[in-house]
Amino acid sequence: MQPDSRHFKANAEAALREPRLQAALKQLELGFVAGRQRCYEALPEFESLRDRARDILDHTLENLDAYLLEYESRVIASGGQVHWASTPQQARAIVIDICRAAKARTVIRGKSMVGEEIGINDALEAAGFEVTETDLGEYILQLAEEPPSHIVAPAIHKTKEEISDLFFEHHRKLGFTQRQTDRGALVAEARQVLREKFLGADVGMTGANFLIAETGSNVIVTNEGNGDLSSTLPRVQIVTAAIDKVVPTLEDASLLLRLLGRSATGQEITAYTTFTTGPKRAGDADGPDEYHVVLIDNHRSEMLGSELRPMLRCIRCGACMNHCPVYGRVGGHAYGWVYPGPMGSVLTPIMVGLDEAGHLPNACTLNGRCETVCPVKIPLPTLLRSLRSRQHLQRQNSRLARIALSLWTWVALRPRLYQALTRPAMSLLSQLGAKSGSFRRMPLASGWTRVRDLPAPQGSTFQARWQQQQRGRK
Amino acid sequence: MASTLISDKTDSPSVGLFVTCLVDLYRPSVGFAAVELLQRAGCRVTVPRAQTCCGQPAFNSGDDRHARQLAIQVLDAFEEFDYVVGPSGSCIGTIRCHYPEMFADDSRLLPRFEALCAKSHELISFLVDVRGVEAVEASFDHCVTYHDSCSALRELGIKAQPRKLLASVTGLRLNELQGTDICCGFGGTFCVKYPEISGRMAADKVAAVEASGADTLLAGDLGCLLNLAGKLRREGKSTRVYHVAEVLANMADGKSIGEGDD
Repeated sequence: MQPDSRHFKANAEAALREPRLQAALKQLELGFVAGRQRCYEALPEFESLRDRARDILDHTLENLDAYLLEYESRVIASGGQVHWASTPQQARAIVIDICRAAKARTVIRGKSMVGEEIGINDALEAAGFEVTETDLGEYILQLAEEPPSHIVAPAIHKTKEEISDLFFEHHRKLGFTQRQTDRGALVAEARQVLREKFLGADVGMTGANFLIAETGSNVIVTNEGNGDLSSTLPRVQIVTAAIDKVVPTLEDASLLLRLLGRSATGQEITAYTTFTTGPKRAGDADGPDEYHVVLIDNHRSEMLGSELRPMLRCIRCGACMNHCPVYGRVGGHAYGWVYPGPMGSVLTPIMVGLDEAGHLPNACTLNGRCETVCPVKIPLPTLLRSLRSRQHLQRQNSRLARIALSLWTWVALRPRLYQALTRPAMSLLSQLGAKSGSFRRMPLASGWTRVRDLPAPQGSTFQARWQQQQRGRK
Repeated sequence: MASTLISDKTDSPSVGLFVTCLVDLYRPSVGFAAVELLQRAGCRVTVPRAQTCCGQPAFNSGDDRHARQLAIQVLDAFEEFDYVVGPSGSCIGTIRCHYPEMFADDSRLLPRFEALCAKSHELISFLVDVRGVEAVEASFDHCVTYHDSCSALRELGIKAQPRKLLASVTGLRLNELQGTDICCGFGGTFCVKYPEISGRMAADKVAAVEASGADTLLAGDLGCLLNLAGKLRREGKSTRVYHVAEVLANMADGKSIGEGDD
């Protein structure tokens, strides 16, 4: 998708005025946040698991080259093929070549964020393939022609009524003439439509929650089982995965799985957790004839060599956005690209450019709630602050803000001058505001007074009063 | 000097009061309340004149060079004291958590900053955790609610300490806020860069304050307090807003934050 992060501010303000979106977002605290909290309280070793998960992933990243090569050799040994892509463009070309070589016509997809990252749907459709998303949320968005707004619950911004309308509009021509309004009936209708797609598909594409170096397996977790059908029914399977998905062993993946469901949706484990290794073997009842893995870099090696490396530990649970007060008010679309919320505010500037996504590291109060719930302890506020440093060094932040800050620092580094200036200024402000106690408007402070009053100061400064008091005592 | 607070400590350490720029400029009474509480807890309090700002605005704006200059100014002014204490989780969080980070590559200054960091404390947690204060002598006949600032809560782990001391205030009843771990929308420069988002966050917090049934809102950080007092005023609410130190020092008898003569 084309990034639109440049317009974060306007998009966020529009989102704040969208009552249906606001109602949908309210569900985050009640659903995901409360669910994670229940899991957290029920698992005494949750904190120590977070430490171990961080250590496993740090070790993996330290030796990423070796684990990726080990993974590749295991995939090849199990009869699969591994393709390496530096850029989204290369990844798209590889996938299209595989589909063409297999003389495929139809492609079904299990939900995959890296698939969104490389824009695979549009590329496949432009190349003449029929593509169907099979995750219910992604399917809804495909009908609505919208990008996901959450990495775990892609259609969280959609209400039941909107889904009802969409299904009625698109399924009528398939013979579903009744407009369904009941949750169960809507799911059943989608299942019937999708079942035909599953059975007829030539290529199945999935992402990977983890890639396991010691076995060459990929792991996917879903609650709908669509990922399993996508990877077992079609004759060709393509796994698209970023290079930071690899972990050394099955044991490591098991530990991370204990954290993933709990942190994401408040589930001890998702309904389906599937380990896939290579194509169908002689004697297997089902499985694909061809098994391909496309390993995608897309700026990750660059992050590996920078202070942003901890971001590569991310297991895409979405807990940071579920707990983010900004995401919770503006929703995922405002962020303007594939990854929203705190993790997206780190990734997007790297993947689409700091000039395009300059708002994102700044649209954060640095309140730190994301870091405290991150299952792999990514210091998200620190990483966002470090992007702000990059912006400052590259002079990408606003000129006015730079001047104001330099002026403040210049005065603050001269305490005598600072005190000589602030004492009369505060006294004056205090007198002006004494009657009403606060200002409804203030020159140069419209950002503040647009949405709230500015309380008037008490009077002279503390330093002035304190020094006066000390003199009086002598 | 007023009566001492209930504590088993008998020593008399020197404390440099880090006033914080917001208290200095906006709410001097919080500074006097801090001095009062520290003296009652047996401390010898000094207010270094060569202090202004801890450098957090620069640091959070990615202006590391200026942030470091201000950090060095704080170091020079405060390292002589046994303790550095400030009435703010946010500024003390900067000193404790971020100064060592800023000088991680400076082998000459890092040890000095680490020493400063180890003896820097937010006021209320200092009283309870370091000075062993169990109770204060104050009365405040109001139903209050308490907002945890994000830096106090998450950078410094302060939650129980203010509640413990508030429980000893005569006449005070505490009704807890719903969602007390959620940011009020201040966020330093965030609140003026993204006023609409910040305003919505503040409005939601104001709604939670209303729902608590309290007539007074307390917190330990003036940034949050100015934001919330400003929002309460804008919405025409009569809720009174004080820094928690003012109540604990029995000095919450003047005008509350944002309150006028009329």
